[in-house]
Amino acid sequence: MPETTVNYPVTKPSNPHIENVKNILKRLKKNKAAMLGGFLILFFILVSIIGPHLVPFSAGEQNLVNKLEGPSAEHWFGTDHLGRDIFSRVIHGMSITLYIGFFSVFIAAVAGVVIGIVSGYFGGKIDTVLMRCMDVLLAFPGILLALGVVTILGPSLNNVILAVGVFSVPAFARIVRGSTLAVKELEYIDAVRALGASDFRIIFRHVLPNVFSPIIVQATLRIATAILTAAGLSFLGLGAQPPMPEWGAMLSDGRNYIFDAGHVAFFPGIAIVVVVLAFNIFGDGLRDALDPKMKS
Amino acid sequence: MFVFTVRRILQTIPVLIGVTILVFLMMHLVPGDPAQVIAGEAASEQTIQQIRERLGLNDPLPMQYFNFIINALQGDLGTSIRSGQEVTSEVASRFWVTLELSFYSMILSVFIGLIAGIISAVRHYTWVDAVMMIIALFGLSMPNFWLGLMLMQYFAIDLEIFPVSGWGSPEQLVLPVIALGTAGAAIIARMTRSSMLEVIGQDYIRTARAKGVKERIVIYKHALKNAMIPVVTVIGLEFGTLLTGAVLTETVFSINGLGRFIVESIQARDFPAVQGSVLVVAVVFILVNLLVDISYRFLNKRIDLN
Repeated sequence: MPETTVNYPVTKPSNPHIENVKNILKRLKKNKAAMLGGFLILFFILVSIIGPHLVPFSAGEQNLVNKLEGPSAEHWFGTDHLGRDIFSRVIHGMSITLYIGFFSVFIAAVAGVVIGIVSGYFGGKIDTVLMRCMDVLLAFPGILLALGVVTILGPSLNNVILAVGVFSVPAFARIVRGSTLAVKELEYIDAVRALGASDFRIIFRHVLPNVFSPIIVQATLRIATAILTAAGLSFLGLGAQPPMPEWGAMLSDGRNYIFDAGHVAFFPGIAIVVVVLAFNIFGDGLRDALDPKMKS
Repeated sequence: MFVFTVRRILQTIPVLIGVTILVFLMMHLVPGDPAQVIAGEAASEQTIQQIRERLGLNDPLPMQYFNFIINALQGDLGTSIRSGQEVTSEVASRFWVTLELSFYSMILSVFIGLIAGIISAVRHYTWVDAVMMIIALFGLSMPNFWLGLMLMQYFAIDLEIFPVSGWGSPEQLVLPVIALGTAGAAIIARMTRSSMLEVIGQDYIRTARAKGVKERIVIYKHALKNAMIPVVTVIGLEFGTLLTGAVLTETVFSINGLGRFIVESIQARDFPAVQGSVLVVAVVFILVNLLVDISYRFLNKRIDLN
């Protein structure tokens, strides 16, 4: 009897992580609001890079003759108490705001992920101690913790970033811990361990990719909160110091001239609203796209 | 239920201890000598020594902490460096203003948030829902101090309907309460909507409808009761946000509350004042959360039994 050979087509199995990302992108594309938010964020990043080269005035250029002028063809957003062009200053301030948002959340995410994974993966006493520490941080409501950090370190832009970062750590730590606990219980983790994988390898190869989506969602929404908190601290005079064109600090100037020139406070505030809104819309959309409950 | 309550109260104790340690350490974490920082660059050695003596900075750290706790329990939070007054009396006189502002803002948030959330959920995926949720997104994305400034400019300066600043008369309440309560209203509206939508999709609601229960009763009696459970937690958390959001609102409207006091104390490097007021706010927040947790459990329990 002759041997028959059947030639099965050999294909490389697709990488589940890449498949997952593709699925997410597909769902994200369907979500119009999220796409809008994403495009706005890209646009703002672009503005922060090339905008300062295109605007007619530098951030510090004073013209005391034209101080506190309302919006005009020459000064789209009017001028402030030193005759500086508010439109130019708002554009210059974009990079500061994005820098604060991204950098403070990056600090918080890194710290939160480390704490969350260690806590969830190893459990026991380490878990108890770390989570009680997070509880203590969470016991300071709202911007109180950030205020405390600024009290200790003194007012400056970088200290605000650190303060806002510290204030966001518990949110990440808790979410990552929860996801880690869930992943740890999965059978394949036992299988990998039986094959001799080290804790380090299990964490990096198997736990971390699985906690990735909640981190991304949390980070996007946290950037919105971080920008608002940092602007608040600068508004109180505890953050970015004048003459830096930081929007919160510009609002603080605006408050002093609210009786004669409302536009000084109006435009930096609108800028904050628009940027925060973009991150909130994008974060909402991401959450919908990544939420396993919504998966069809 | 009793066991849960006791356990939950006991769990609060380590957090309270942690918070007091952190607040206590605040002064000691400042780079350099706290006495030097308080006295300023140009201070003489004698002045610094006096400050050190007065704040007990010469004692060993655990001793200082112990004294801090014993004094705080007796209602003594030290003396403000700026005013020379007792921090406790400074805090007490301002605390009620902040509490009042937060309380009214909370009522506004809950009232508007619930109504908007329910309407959105009942009419979900209509234009009404879309408009409501867009407004809520804006409310969520607006800095409360900017909203305060804009309200002040329009209603107090241009239209002269409300006073520009201050606290006490009913007219003075309106603008700060709207400024502070808007973000909370947005959060509660979104939470109520999603919670309601989740509940409305459940089997028992379909059963109620199939039985011929009127839609109004299905929504307000059957659905709302269960949908409220997660909303209660959000309301509890919102209280903390309001308490500290007051820091900004009070600054905008020149209201002499605890929030403004904290900011002024930070600017003046008045550590005892900052420590005292931060401690009070944090402890109040912890207690409110404790109450919310217990009531949440209570709500849940009742529904389990039913």
